[in-house]
Amino acid sequence: MNTESNETRAKKFGMVIDLDKCTGCGSCMVACSAENNIPVRKDESDKLLSITWIRVYRITNGKDFPDTEICYFPRPCQHCGGKHDDGHSPCVSVCPATATDYDHSTGIVSQIYTRCFGCRYCMAACPYHARYFNWWDPVWPAKLEESLSPDVSPRMRGVVEKCSFCFHRYQLARDKAYQEERDVEEMEYQTACTQACPSGAITFGDLNNPDHAVYTLKKDKRAFRLLERLHTNPKVYYLSEREWVRRAGDNYLSNEEPTGAPGAYELKGKGGH
Amino acid sequence: MDSALIPEGVERCSLKRFTLGLVIPAALVIWGLYAAYLCWFKGLNQTNMNDSYGFALWIWADLAVIAVGGGAFFTGFLRYVVGKDELKNIINFAVIVGFCCYCSAMLILAIDIGQPLRGWFIFWHANVHSMLTEVAFCLSLYLSVLAIEYLPLLLENRKIDQNPFWHNMGHRMHEIMAVFAATGAFLSCFHQGSLGGVTGVLYGRPFGLREGIFIWPWTFFLYTWSAAACGPCFTMFCCKITEKLTGKRLVKDNVYDLLAKISGWMLGTYIVAKIADTLWWAVVTVPKTGFSFMQFYNNSNNYHGLWILILELVVCGIVPAAILLKKEWRQNSRLFMVAVTLAVFGVCLNRWVMVMQPMAMPVMTFDQWVLYFPSWQEWATTILPVAGGILVIALSYRYLPVFPQERELNPVEKS
Amino acid sequence: MFPFIWEWVWDAGHYIFFGGMWYVLIILTVGLNWCIYKALKDTKEGKGSGQGHH
Repeated sequence: MNTESNETRAKKFGMVIDLDKCTGCGSCMVACSAENNIPVRKDESDKLLSITWIRVYRITNGKDFPDTEICYFPRPCQHCGGKHDDGHSPCVSVCPATATDYDHSTGIVSQIYTRCFGCRYCMAACPYHARYFNWWDPVWPAKLEESLSPDVSPRMRGVVEKCSFCFHRYQLARDKAYQEERDVEEMEYQTACTQACPSGAITFGDLNNPDHAVYTLKKDKRAFRLLERLHTNPKVYYLSEREWVRRAGDNYLSNEEPTGAPGAYELKGKGGH
Repeated sequence: MDSALIPEGVERCSLKRFTLGLVIPAALVIWGLYAAYLCWFKGLNQTNMNDSYGFALWIWADLAVIAVGGGAFFTGFLRYVVGKDELKNIINFAVIVGFCCYCSAMLILAIDIGQPLRGWFIFWHANVHSMLTEVAFCLSLYLSVLAIEYLPLLLENRKIDQNPFWHNMGHRMHEIMAVFAATGAFLSCFHQGSLGGVTGVLYGRPFGLREGIFIWPWTFFLYTWSAAACGPCFTMFCCKITEKLTGKRLVKDNVYDLLAKISGWMLGTYIVAKIADTLWWAVVTVPKTGFSFMQFYNNSNNYHGLWILILELVVCGIVPAAILLKKEWRQNSRLFMVAVTLAVFGVCLNRWVMVMQPMAMPVMTFDQWVLYFPSWQEWATTILPVAGGILVIALSYRYLPVFPQERELNPVEKS
Repeated sequence: MFPFIWEWVWDAGHYIFFGGMWYVLIILTVGLNWCIYKALKDTKEGKGSGQGHH
């Protein structure tokens, strides 16, 4: 967890996902898999063994027809900042071999595949199930192997992997910007899932930069984060008009009512907390 | 045939009978080694673990054997540091049991990691913030201490003892054993505690999360405490089984009584602390995360019920503590066995609860409870070190003067 | 583990953690070596002819 200085102020890359726009088409999952060389097994039906760096959950309001409502809930790695947003994310603080690290210059939680020895403590620590273990050697159907991305290293059996916010794209954009002696533009660095989303539900950028769309969107009154109450400080924000969807983002006791602020709540009938 | 190796003044069964007795554990070792080979060469797809259950049977087994192996450090601490002299009659056996337990833990860890050849990264690239790093360091150092404590006993084998250098070496090691024992106790306090911290620090997993002091969650202290309480119970349990199998009394009752009384006090105070911790967790810690205590126990699979908590705290906590604390009860051999068995079962159950339940429980509101049942490879590799431990104990008993009181309690009539 | 590995930071965590580790390693190494040295010396002096217990 070394602090790295930057020419400009530290960036904090994050994502805002508008759940009211998400149609559950799964393009983000496909784009992510293709971009990041995720292997394909013959049988991917067991989702507890299948690698999906971004996974789209289907949630409902639990009501009967005709009041049933559905929401599709994409969940990439949340790139948590940790309790005091100081980089002690649930997974980073527990990794015994420093194989997962918090980059203070970008806010991205990295995974060093050649360093990971597969103890899976980080998986036990992550409440979002955003981390995946390579139970098998990675294999691709013959033709698919030819289309692997040369920018992303495939992972070996026995290590943990997860969403990197397409960090290789940032590296390319940063190198280009450095050569041209300027800063990385908002649209120069976008994740594969953001670009693949046909309904434009995903917005990506620097949460610290007022010129980036995510800076404004994260302050939207519809915004919330997943499991805010655990103080993991995720960098993925969600938007929804629907109260039941916002409530699904966190756990509340039966006598608590979520309020507008992310993760905040008040006791039923009392007000204020 | 092997009489030259057997300690003087004691009787042992025939080599044939001894070898026959070891057939089953040896077969289990071979079975376990085959399963370990599969896991090492084919990968962890040989297990039934999955991305929700990344910590499973093996991690539980690790935590459990280290807890019950705590008898070595605590008995050593009482014998060499506190100065409870009677315990010299059981310390050798406690060291052997502890040595087997810690070897088991290291072996299971070596199978459990996805990239076994990179195991040394935990030392080389250590992250000092991780509880697992502390566990790995203290565990391997303590295993070295146990090996050092076991060595003088090995050197007392009749044949080895005939060599003057080894004889002197054993003698000199005995002289400074208190230094090693104190180092072992220091290491044990930390790694037993760090194991408690493993789930206690997981602030993303409300079931395992505990508040605490400075960087240590309360489970840090509870684990050390429970290992000190239940470890000696396991030593006594194994000792009683050895007596049963050999048909001999090997340790005098006053030794058992002293250790049982100390264990009773440790277990009694531990269970008070554990109940206080559970109450604080249920009433203060858990509600802050948005969960209610009962949410952890009311679930569709009806498997993770409140019965586990009652079994752990009452049946395997209060009951054995009461038996061990009351003189008349602990001196009743049947009640004594019930108490040590329950205490050992209880500490294993506690480790099960802390490892398995946090994995099973959903944290996101739209997640599901997950159930898991180990594959035969996981069972075999978990049984492997237990069977191996039986072999080590059997061989040690046969060829080493493990029990100083054996000759006195079982005089051999000279023909 | 060593100051020349990149994860190393000169902070309290590293001082305490690795301080403890090296301290224990030194105790074990010195202790064992003391035993070996003394045992060799005893053997040279003709002590320990292979009988008796301690």
